[in-house]
Amino acid sequence: MKTFIRSSSCISPQKTFGNDDFLTDIVEYTGTRLKAIEPDYKEFIDPKQIRRMSHIIKMGVAAAKDCLNKADVEMPGAIITGTAFGCLEDTITFLTRIVEQNEELLPPTAFIQSTHNTVAAQIALMLKCHEYNNTFVHKGISFESALLDAIMLLKEQEADNILVGGTEEMVDTSFKVLTRLGLYKRWPASNLSLLSTESKGTIGGEGAVFFLLTDKTSENNLAELTSIKTVYNPKDIEGSINTFLQGNSLNPEDIDLVITGKNGDIRNDAIYKQISSSLFKNNGLANYKHLCGEYPTSSSFALWLAANVIKKGIIPEVISERESKKTAPKKVLIYNHYLQKYHSLMLLSAI
Amino acid sequence: MSSSVYIAGVGVISAIGNNVAEHLRAFENERAGMGDITMLNTIHKGELPVAEVKLNNNDLAKLTDMPPQTSRTALLSLAAANEAIADAGIPGFDTLRTGFISANTVGGMDKSEDFFVDFLADNNKGKLRNIFDHECGSKTEIVADQLGITDYLTTISTACSSSANAIFYAARLIKNDLLDVAIAGGTDALTKFTLNGFNTLMILDKEFCKPFDEHREGLNLGEGAGYLVLVSEKIAETLNKEPYCKLSGYNNSNDAYHQTASSPDGTGSYLAMKGALKKSGLKPSDIDYINLHGTGTPNNDSAEGTAVKRIFDPEYPPMSSTKSYTGHTLGASGGIEAVFSVLSIRHGIIYPNLRFETRMSELPFEPETEFLKGQNINHVMSNSFGFGGNCTSLIFSRI
Repeated sequence: MKTFIRSSSCISPQKTFGNDDFLTDIVEYTGTRLKAIEPDYKEFIDPKQIRRMSHIIKMGVAAAKDCLNKADVEMPGAIITGTAFGCLEDTITFLTRIVEQNEELLPPTAFIQSTHNTVAAQIALMLKCHEYNNTFVHKGISFESALLDAIMLLKEQEADNILVGGTEEMVDTSFKVLTRLGLYKRWPASNLSLLSTESKGTIGGEGAVFFLLTDKTSENNLAELTSIKTVYNPKDIEGSINTFLQGNSLNPEDIDLVITGKNGDIRNDAIYKQISSSLFKNNGLANYKHLCGEYPTSSSFALWLAANVIKKGIIPEVISERESKKTAPKKVLIYNHYLQKYHSLMLLSAI
Repeated sequence: MSSSVYIAGVGVISAIGNNVAEHLRAFENERAGMGDITMLNTIHKGELPVAEVKLNNNDLAKLTDMPPQTSRTALLSLAAANEAIADAGIPGFDTLRTGFISANTVGGMDKSEDFFVDFLADNNKGKLRNIFDHECGSKTEIVADQLGITDYLTTISTACSSSANAIFYAARLIKNDLLDVAIAGGTDALTKFTLNGFNTLMILDKEFCKPFDEHREGLNLGEGAGYLVLVSEKIAETLNKEPYCKLSGYNNSNDAYHQTASSPDGTGSYLAMKGALKKSGLKPSDIDYINLHGTGTPNNDSAEGTAVKRIFDPEYPPMSSTKSYTGHTLGASGGIEAVFSVLSIRHGIIYPNLRFETRMSELPFEPETEFLKGQNINHVMSNSFGFGGNCTSLIFSRI
């Protein structure tokens, strides 16, 4: 059985939503916080509901709906999301009121919408979809866990047309806390030069990216999602990558393009530098976090990117670090890690 | 792919006990865990009863050999997971592909609440160590690190069905041959966040809750953790003792009706129970006991009861809500009640639904009110339903 990406929709700090251009008109940022570009939600969500919805819910629901539209599928066979932080805006609103109002006269809406499964639930509610509905909340592999669930559901023949998404919202509080924790650069510069700064820290981001997965072949499929693997605290990541490739009967040179999770932080990027001069010394290389920022489910942006690279047969200049021998890559590997602990590998192939 | 998944070990901590043995005694003695709030610093002290685990953080830290400043959510989790792994006693545990699949709803909120008071006054204040592990996934990671599990860890959060989903996701990882062993379930500690949240929804009973009673007025919040050790057929054969039972059925369906309320006809609950029966290949009449979600809120019990009626009428198996003992432990409830379901099969017992007095007017059945021993129990259904319409049913079967 094969898993195909039937369609994808991406809301990000770049003009990736409702736009056929593929990263030709890049948005430049100079701060350490990249905000997602909000579409006109009225096309996707009842205006009465838009007002009540937080940023992450709106982004998630709109990307999910757009993804279904692109595949011309009305009802998905399952809805699965990944988010590390969940609905932060509502969580912080409710927490703030608890403190400021000393636990008295609190309105319930923020609490109701603060649960981590709210995005998946709102999609189900909007579609009246009674099927399997799950939400993974495991730090840097939240999205990959959701993907694995979807791949297993397809294998088990429990469902088809599975909607899988990675969502994350950055709010003022989380940005401040993560800045205090030392995640971001102290001296912001252009995101377009992020990867050559050779200093500590990165830039924060957010977004919502959805995919429709199927085991049915179609010339409209974007790409095959050949294999995924996550590794926790690896002792020898090169070894793990090699084992992963061998498991797919591939050698490093068979990969036309490696998309890495470089984020401009010298500690974070060391491993990518290492493999680019060892395991993947002869491969095309690309990066993406200067476009969407760093966040726990940013690998969903990378998957959107890889699927489109394969489908369109184009490697946008803005992502390219080292040219691929193939102008239209057939095999793309995404290698990302989040804060050195959670490493993930996603292999895509042309259909 | 089609191989069975067996339950090799169980571990639980809640307001009625710190381990399995204490739970069994509490059930038999009909001793509920609710009482006044003693640990949370909240204005609702003395006004809203809760079901607290009777150990404070220092006691829990000692029990689990962890630093006392660790989030209570992680301490509870580790206590129950340790018991489950010791109970399973899997030969060569370290050499197997092992996963830890845990669930919770608010992560390290117990610590984040402290952080937030100082942070709100001045954004440069608040101890970072109290917020560093806020994420739900951090709780799983802290515990997995203590358990020495590295092959696969993940966290599920689907409100009050979270840990039931964790259990069957774990079973599927084994069935898909990605793992040999999985410790799965969930944990949640009482927090001001959830207490106030449920209070704003006006679904907290000021008295001890009365699930499935005509005059029920809401739920009592509880806390705790519950885990199962799930193993593949191959590992089950290597065990030094008989596995408890197998996980024979499971289903996750969505009510798709409202963010927090259940549909009047219990569509999601109905689909979950129906789907779990289908998966297990069992008929409704095969079920010997239903561990109900039974929160005690007017809405849940009415919707769940209606769904039970649609499936089981006219022959109803004994059923009860053990939340009448433990309170509603949210993200932990599916794991805790899975442990109770497994123990029901092993010991041939059915738990009473405490404080039940009057049958609900719309239902032709009522829950079991006596502690029953010596029952022949082959199949147990466990229901867990949550916000966002997330409904999950599990079925455990005697081997």
